[in-house]
Amino acid sequence: MNEIPVGAPRSQIEVQIDGKQVKAVEGATILNICQKEGIDTPTLCWAENLTPVNVCRVCVVEVEGSRTLVPSCSRPAEDGMVISTDSDRVRKSRKLVFELLDSSVEMDRSTAEVKEWMEHYEVDSSRMGSKNEIATVAQPPKIQDSLYVRDYERCILCYKCVEACGEDAQHTFAIATAGRGFDAHISTEFDVSLPDSACVYCGNCIGVCPTGALVFKTEHDMREEGTWDEETQEVTTTVCSFCGVGCNLELHVQDEKIVKVTSPADHSVTSGHLCIKGRFGWQHVQS
Amino acid sequence: MSDLKFGTEEPTAEEKTAIDELLSEIGPAEIKLDERFVVGGRTRVKDRRRLLLPALHELQNASGWISPGGLNYACKVLGIPPAEAYGVATFYHLFSHESPEAKDLIHVCDDVACRLVGAETLIKDLKDSGYKVKPSPCLGQCERAPSVLIQRTNKKDLTAVAESNNSLTAVNVEQVLTSETVTPQMTVPQKGSEALSLLSRVGVVDPESIEGYIKLNGYDALKKALTIGPDKVIEEVTTSKLSGRGGAAFPTGVKWRAVADQVGRPRHLVCNADESEPGTFKDRTIMEGDPFAVIEAMTIAGFSIGAEQGWLYLRGEYPVAAERLENAITEARKKGFLGENIAGTEFNFDIHLYKGAGAYICGEETALFNSIEGFRGEPRNKPPFPTTHGLFGEPTAINNVETLVNVLSILTLGGEKYAMQGTGNSTGTRLFCLSGRVVNPGVYEHPFGITLREVIEAAGGVTNSKKIKAILLGGAAGSFVTSNYLDLPMTLEDTREAGVSLGSGVVMVFDESDDLPDTVRRIAQFFRDESCGQCVPCRVGTVRQEEVLARFTRNTPFDTDEELLEDLSTVMKDASICGLGHTASGAVLSAINLGLLERTL
Repeated sequence: MNEIPVGAPRSQIEVQIDGKQVKAVEGATILNICQKEGIDTPTLCWAENLTPVNVCRVCVVEVEGSRTLVPSCSRPAEDGMVISTDSDRVRKSRKLVFELLDSSVEMDRSTAEVKEWMEHYEVDSSRMGSKNEIATVAQPPKIQDSLYVRDYERCILCYKCVEACGEDAQHTFAIATAGRGFDAHISTEFDVSLPDSACVYCGNCIGVCPTGALVFKTEHDMREEGTWDEETQEVTTTVCSFCGVGCNLELHVQDEKIVKVTSPADHSVTSGHLCIKGRFGWQHVQS
Repeated sequence: MSDLKFGTEEPTAEEKTAIDELLSEIGPAEIKLDERFVVGGRTRVKDRRRLLLPALHELQNASGWISPGGLNYACKVLGIPPAEAYGVATFYHLFSHESPEAKDLIHVCDDVACRLVGAETLIKDLKDSGYKVKPSPCLGQCERAPSVLIQRTNKKDLTAVAESNNSLTAVNVEQVLTSETVTPQMTVPQKGSEALSLLSRVGVVDPESIEGYIKLNGYDALKKALTIGPDKVIEEVTTSKLSGRGGAAFPTGVKWRAVADQVGRPRHLVCNADESEPGTFKDRTIMEGDPFAVIEAMTIAGFSIGAEQGWLYLRGEYPVAAERLENAITEARKKGFLGENIAGTEFNFDIHLYKGAGAYICGEETALFNSIEGFRGEPRNKPPFPTTHGLFGEPTAINNVETLVNVLSILTLGGEKYAMQGTGNSTGTRLFCLSGRVVNPGVYEHPFGITLREVIEAAGGVTNSKKIKAILLGGAAGSFVTSNYLDLPMTLEDTREAGVSLGSGVVMVFDESDDLPDTVRRIAQFFRDESCGQCVPCRVGTVRQEEVLARFTRNTPFDTDEELLEDLSTVMKDASICGLGHTASGAVLSAINLGLLERTL
């Protein structure tokens, strides 16, 4: 959903990005322009179906005249801006930010694109010390029900789940960021268990998590058993049959069993979000 | 409220009363059963959200912690999701989340100045005496270190500080607790001097009497402002070249003009009194010693930018200042200097006093807005700037206490005459917070252009005539300098050229016997503790920085540690959201460059 919705007429602006003059619509973010121009830009906390929170800082770019680097995901482009997306400064920041995450969080179950970016920026956090000597977010996973698992040693605090649970999708407000600084973490009130919280099990938090901190119980169990194999999984797109809304479902199938359900973020009905039935109610298919 | 789910815990009678009193004027949130929270309800209860921080203070005071029952009740009547309110409550140092073991919680400052003079012994002694103790970041009492803040249940908070040359002992703390009446002496060594402007009334006037204030030219400046009109006030401020005293030195006239020119209404005037920079206590001195000046200056600022609402955000660790400011606001209302038709004109203006709850980051202007609004004190990305999108997303001018108080003498003297003090672009006088190894620590007012040496000599020089090892200039967000800098004129231009900063006016002196590696590690720990945790470079970068410093103090650094520190510094400066991350490595790197981390064993 990168198109700007048709509304009041907008003026056109022109920016220079990596030496190339480019036209854009007023209000477009720098990231919008990068994506349109095919400039691969890493993002962790940004998603097309959520409001940008610009907290992960891996999408930073250099803008001439700006003292610091700027987050491309949230910064609207301005006429005449001169932007570099691959300067030494930008590469250095992106690399170190990934390294800071890598040194404190388990990144091994991240999405394929996150892994590609980490490879691209040659991420190596070994100089920060081994994980048993330095502060990390290591902790056992929270398994409180049969639907999903919160494995917070994989949480990079991108705020996506909070947004999806709150104003950007579900309006349930079951989780929020609690604590401060390195102790900041995603939590229900007083850390009550999910079944006791306001959670409605829509699973939209799972849908947006980039690092495998929030996963289906099926996926968690299979990963622990060593049977999770994304390469052999088939994805079948269908329409949810529970009600008449018409949500698109993507059924991820491994060994003829549904192992997880997603919805495309650019689908006009769901914007990637589902409800408990669409997300978790597939057991009857297999019985 | 049909869409929100609350817990089943009930508040105690005290908690319920405290919250009900807070809401006595507006009553609990009422949302019809069929009104969906997401559509109608949330918009209608939005303006209640700003009562969350005061409500948390009430709960903490009522039962010594933020209990599930209390929070649940506050959430119901304010219409706030419990998870969000919990997230806000856990953001602040001064809110406890476990059932309290004792009625009094003693926060002992173990920050840079206090740890030089026995803070750690005090912590141990208090613990041994059976008190519940929590080490605290700088409490802003550095001139009378060590110091403590006693947070109490169902009673007002107290501070205890070292008196004259004696250190503060566990016995002193006990005395303060029993007597409950402590009015720490004003530490303004220049008290009563003719040369003073910002401090002229501090220690001279009765801080609780508006009559006393008026007798000493109080409210003359406001009357003048009301006569000459808002545009002329801004013009005088612009002519005076007054720049922000909170650390960033932004021209005040430019800021005010920008807000006054906004079409959007309402507009807000915010006074940033969240003075939490380690080593800084100048704003506290003004607020405790001359609170009406702050209220008058805010009124003038509000008048000039066209704001009817003023917000004074005071750090939670200043109970004496809070009491005096509250009194000043009440007295000013009674005298018609706040409220409707001020001094018989058509100008309306009132001030809300907000107390922070222990978070350095809330001194960052956009974090401060979020804190008032009832959200976590996380800074916002800029742009947009406060002049267009400030408090509640509306046009806002935000100024530091010292900056605002300057406006009084600008109006009395006239901008041009004011600008004749100091140097070319560093006009006026500046407050310096002298602490550490100086004979007479305290707040000093000097014209810009005075040298660092003169600043230290005015405070009686170095204690026991020892040799200076280093000076922390500008606070933890500033940098260390050595005696090579003693002839540096204290102006914005000269310090900028020298690659240092006046920051919040901190001049903390360390002598050759002081353990600088320990001080530098404490500064690194300060940033680690105070990072809000929102952006990755600062959240993890400050932790890694502190770990490197800890390795240095243990004499077990990795070969690559200096390089790592420099990389962390570059990236925290380049990629962090706000000034905390941008400045978190300044003092640390300057210490390394000056060789202060080398142990002289």
